[in-house]
Amino acid sequence: MALSVDDLTVAYNEKPAIWDIDLAVPKGVLMGVVGPNGAGKSTLIRAVLNLIPRAAGAVSFYGKPYERARSLVGYVPQRGSVDWDFPTSVLDVVTMGLYGKLGWFRRPGKRERELALNALEQVDMADFAARQISQLSGGQQQRTFLARALVQDAQIYFMDEPFAAVDAVTENAIVQILQALNGRGKTVLVVHHDLQTVAQYFDWVTLLNVEVIASGPTAQAFTRENLRRTYGGRVAHLQSGAP
Amino acid sequence: MMARASALSAADRRVWFMIGAIAVALLIPISQHFFGLRLSYTVRVVALGGSILGAISGVLGCFAILRRESLVGDALSHAALPGVAVAFLLAGRELSLLLIGAGVASWLGLRMVAAIMGTTRIKQDAALGIVLASWFAAGIALLAYIQSIPDASQAGLDHFIFGQAAAIIERDLRLVSGVGALVLLTVALMWKEFKLVTFDAEFAGVNGLRTGLINTVLSTLIVITIVLGLQLAGVILMVGILIAPGIAARQWTRKLDQMVILAAVFGAFAGGVGAVISAMDSDIPTGPMIIVVAFGLVLLSITLSPERGLLWRRLNERANRRRFAAQHTLRDLYRYALRHGGVDAPAPDDFIRGVGDRRAELGLRQLQADGQATFSETGWRLTAAGVQQARRNAHNDKLWDMYRLHADELGLPAAQEDRLASITALLPAAAVAELERKLREAEQRR
Repeated sequence: MALSVDDLTVAYNEKPAIWDIDLAVPKGVLMGVVGPNGAGKSTLIRAVLNLIPRAAGAVSFYGKPYERARSLVGYVPQRGSVDWDFPTSVLDVVTMGLYGKLGWFRRPGKRERELALNALEQVDMADFAARQISQLSGGQQQRTFLARALVQDAQIYFMDEPFAAVDAVTENAIVQILQALNGRGKTVLVVHHDLQTVAQYFDWVTLLNVEVIASGPTAQAFTRENLRRTYGGRVAHLQSGAP
Repeated sequence: MMARASALSAADRRVWFMIGAIAVALLIPISQHFFGLRLSYTVRVVALGGSILGAISGVLGCFAILRRESLVGDALSHAALPGVAVAFLLAGRELSLLLIGAGVASWLGLRMVAAIMGTTRIKQDAALGIVLASWFAAGIALLAYIQSIPDASQAGLDHFIFGQAAAIIERDLRLVSGVGALVLLTVALMWKEFKLVTFDAEFAGVNGLRTGLINTVLSTLIVITIVLGLQLAGVILMVGILIAPGIAARQWTRKLDQMVILAAVFGAFAGGVGAVISAMDSDIPTGPMIIVVAFGLVLLSITLSPERGLLWRRLNERANRRRFAAQHTLRDLYRYALRHGGVDAPAPDDFIRGVGDRRAELGLRQLQADGQATFSETGWRLTAAGVQQARRNAHNDKLWDMYRLHADELGLPAAQEDRLASITALLPAAAVAELERKLREAEQRR
């Protein structure tokens, strides 16, 4: 298993945000995490990555606890979580993905620069390396974050709404990058909003609404019945694609 | 505007020039002799003290601003006051002990803010307000009590409220520069850690950085900086010298390293000049004097700096408006001429003004100034340069049309559509070639 989650619960002010989550994500899947607003999708990812305190539960990555698995984990946070007016360049932000591997006090050098440029090339942003991050469009910001995760060279990637408010071109490009990662045997978890594209993008899906409603191969888990239980009937009519 | 990784851009050169110029200017009050000007020993000590403290504050202030913790700095400095008083009561008037007292109180204040936020639903701004007011009140009360004790050595303790540069002696200078050097060395060593934790703390954590430890070190450095500066700037205005240099520096640059170095020299300038002015007449407290100089720098920077400055932006808007008007009027003239017998055909004044309204007025003036259109009795006529420019613009416009239609299918890089700008400057040459090909195809079909 690339990721196992047992009995994970997170509570904000005593109200559970996610409740008793059990997940087993096999290696090499491209998984979408879907659910209504407030279902705890981001909370799940953040709790798994130890970014917020857990009320209960255990998580392991490739059989190891988080502390010993950090180098296996890559992360693309929500685009809005940082200040894009921060005084720095695109190349610099991508290089940040290598800081953890560099260790204390060591500065990024020529090798790191090349790795970062390489990652920028993969997301089609090589021409923007010297650009200030304040001058980027939303899609370019997202690609920059993606490049920063690529240089981490992780085994399992967590992406928090990478498709939020990006144009169609960028969405396509991002999907291709995710599929390329997946093709190299990486496991990718994506918090996703658009039910229409779930079946097209992901081979594995987790339906979440505070609790896990269903999790498994898209063909089995992404059913009309499961969607109704997740969203409470409101969007069932949208699901022409679901069996 | 294509971003290329050039060695040193014009903006870089401007920033380094400013840094150099201010650094050289600072040598004047600090050096013993300057063009025959003899400065007294006291003035030099005060100037040096002010400059060192200003520089350190400027550096750490950058991080406080970027972490949106300017007000944390304010609460920290106010919380230091009771520490000074308690240290005095316990150990007497010994600067290093007073500062340790200030540091401990500051740090406890910071813990208290965290505790309030962690255990109640009070938000950060309110928690800071609580700590700031209550600890400062306790400090004032303790100072009043100390003043009532018949003991001569308490004199000058109230300097900690507004700051007094004249009180700095050479022994203080050694303490300040020693500790200050350690602070700056730590910033240099932990540069990449501080940068990443400031920009994106969560990513730093996932990436394997010890964010808790790094945050603690950074907060501790900010506390130390505030404590060192207390004697100079005072608890009330310390936050000003902490954040003003960074705010001013941010206007001039988009690189963190340049911002921090520029903030250091701005801080040194404000600290040095403010301290000297105040030391010349000991009735003026140093804190307010430094703040006046520092915020003078902020005001200048906000107004005059390129790209971010108010003046620059205003001028830029005007230039854009004129460019826009000229481009549209040129297009109107060109189209009119083509429909009326060729590029030489004049367009009647009334017609052009009728089409463009006030924009035409502005555009015609601009075209005339650029030598692209001339006015005679028959009307407006394009010059050779004007015709050339109009053709270029028309072609550029068509390329943008192609980009809008085909960028997706051709997989071209994303660019913000800006028809005032030449598409060749915004897209790589290969992408433009693709668009030219599409344009030829489209024109052949027609």
